[in-house]
Amino acid sequence: MTLNRSPELATRPGAPRLIYRKPDVLADRSTHYCPGCGHGIVHRLLAEVMTELDLPAHTIAVAPVGCAVFAYDYLNVDFVEAPHGRAPAVATGIRRVRPEAFVLTYQGDGDLAAIGTAEIVHAAARGERITAIFVNNGIYGMTGGQMAPTTLLGQKTTSSPSGRDAALMGYPIRITEMLAQLPGVTYAARGSIADAPLIGKLKAMIKRACLVQIEGGGFALVEALSNCPVGWGMTPQESLEHLKGPVVEAYPLGVIVDRGVAVAASGAGTAAGGPSAAVPVVAAEPEA
Amino acid sequence: MARRMPELGRVFVQAESELGAINMALGAAATGARVMVSSSSPGISLMAEAMSYMAGSGTPMVLVNVMRAGPGLGGIGPSQSDYFQATKGHGHGDYRVPVLAPASIGEAMDLMATAFELAERYRTPVMVVLDGILGQAMEPVELRFRNPERHAFDWALTGAAGRPARIIKSIDLVPEVLEKRNLNLQRKYAEISRQEVLWATESMEDADYVLVAYGTAARVARSAIEKARARGIKAGLFRPITLWPFPSRELARISRHAHAILTVELSSGQMVEDVRLAVEGRCPVGFHGRMGGLVPTPDEVVGALKALHGKVERTRERDREQQQKRHDGRSEAQSGLHRAVVDGPPERTHRTEAGVNASGRDGGER
Repeated sequence: MTLNRSPELATRPGAPRLIYRKPDVLADRSTHYCPGCGHGIVHRLLAEVMTELDLPAHTIAVAPVGCAVFAYDYLNVDFVEAPHGRAPAVATGIRRVRPEAFVLTYQGDGDLAAIGTAEIVHAAARGERITAIFVNNGIYGMTGGQMAPTTLLGQKTTSSPSGRDAALMGYPIRITEMLAQLPGVTYAARGSIADAPLIGKLKAMIKRACLVQIEGGGFALVEALSNCPVGWGMTPQESLEHLKGPVVEAYPLGVIVDRGVAVAASGAGTAAGGPSAAVPVVAAEPEA
Repeated sequence: MARRMPELGRVFVQAESELGAINMALGAAATGARVMVSSSSPGISLMAEAMSYMAGSGTPMVLVNVMRAGPGLGGIGPSQSDYFQATKGHGHGDYRVPVLAPASIGEAMDLMATAFELAERYRTPVMVVLDGILGQAMEPVELRFRNPERHAFDWALTGAAGRPARIIKSIDLVPEVLEKRNLNLQRKYAEISRQEVLWATESMEDADYVLVAYGTAARVARSAIEKARARGIKAGLFRPITLWPFPSRELARISRHAHAILTVELSSGQMVEDVRLAVEGRCPVGFHGRMGGLVPTPDEVVGALKALHGKVERTRERDREQQQKRHDGRSEAQSGLHRAVVDGPPERTHRTEAGVNASGRDGGER
């Protein structure tokens, strides 16, 4: 657990030295997530960033299908449920008719990188002014731990009991790198919930992805590498070690592209032609 | 649309797919915007998923299906073979959506306003179904635009400023809670069935035979009725305008006095099942339809009507003979044949009584 060092939260006149306070936008209840699951951390980071940027009162969020389907039980903002994979299209509809709203999607890897591949690609290609949070734990956690498109080679799941075999089941998809090729994408980054320093970096990425939208940029995506102790058959501690080892080798951390808000399209998220072809597509060079 | 909508300060989006389109509509509608999506049969199949979600979560939207011939990729000719899909459900779950079927371009314009009114009044998706002929036809229209009143919805997602957060969803993992949600939906559908039935009748005052048809098929039936009357067969038209709720009660009333009913469709016979359910065997129900993008000609329909007429006459003759035999053995004479003319002025559009009250409009205005 990291301490929230945000000054507006950390200092309150007359109070004992307050070092962390739960953001109001985070509901006062325990989550349904399994012990050790990373969703709770990502929820909290989102809540902190939204509070720091004063976003909750004009946020319209889109909930996924998957373990985070009940995200609206934990984040006190307006929420609409999307069919599996369709969150980016639902968010597009919201964006186009509510230019003033802060539009947020929250999806897992089964949702975003499998059934919803077309929707995420085209929302990104259109440069929709949307902030997309993508929690990648490499497995279908909710439905019983089946192989996802993001499952590592050799990883055992209930539908790849001998380990993922590339010859039979193909290769893991680095979808954030794929999306980063699109000029409509203003910002794409990959962080991790594996330890406190990484969580701090992940929060900075989420904040940047929110600011891109606030400042009129195009599509902004943050992939949060997360764990699934139950689905992976590990203890929470083992799963975090795994996350720092083989997972990060397959999915390098860092900002994949940041085209800057200035060149992004304005208006209702219609990045016609995107932030111009003059801006080179930044290759997926990991930061660390 | 692509040109006109931005001129009006409105939004037009060409989606990447039907899945994209319908879900954009879901998102926009969740914020209280008035949204319409259009597609043709195979595209509607792709939209079935989101239709179920919108019905379950109470998201209003208008979906236009200009039906083409199926199944599969089928063809691009006109068809009414999506009747089952439109009226019996598209996606999964216990739900219905109102389905409006105009028979002319003028009526289509009129019914679009009705579609939005129904969608917003009942928080439901609404379908408007046409076919490839109406979708491409040109005909004179009397411009009568009606702008449905805009409401501030107490459920719309606008950002939780100064109020608790709102959630639009269909999921409920507690069976008892989900059943309650379903019961509420069924109550809504019962209310729609009571209040929002629309149908039209033509040439019914003295009709012995009733043609039941909607959309383009009703236009063909209208021509067939003229031809049949010229040959001495008194036929009239019963045209459902809402395919769901189906005007069952009204058709049942008519079937008490009709010699026979002939259903005409651009399909293998889909609506005819609802006709038979409404008629409950009170009179014979025949069917004539074409498939594959073909449209029945009026002469074909007259032929089917004559065949039905002949069959009915033979049956009636046999009944008369049997009755006469029975009658000969009795002292009291009683005709088993019941004939009466059907009430109602010609070319009249109807709506359920309650609907007139609920909408505050005169059903006869259209």
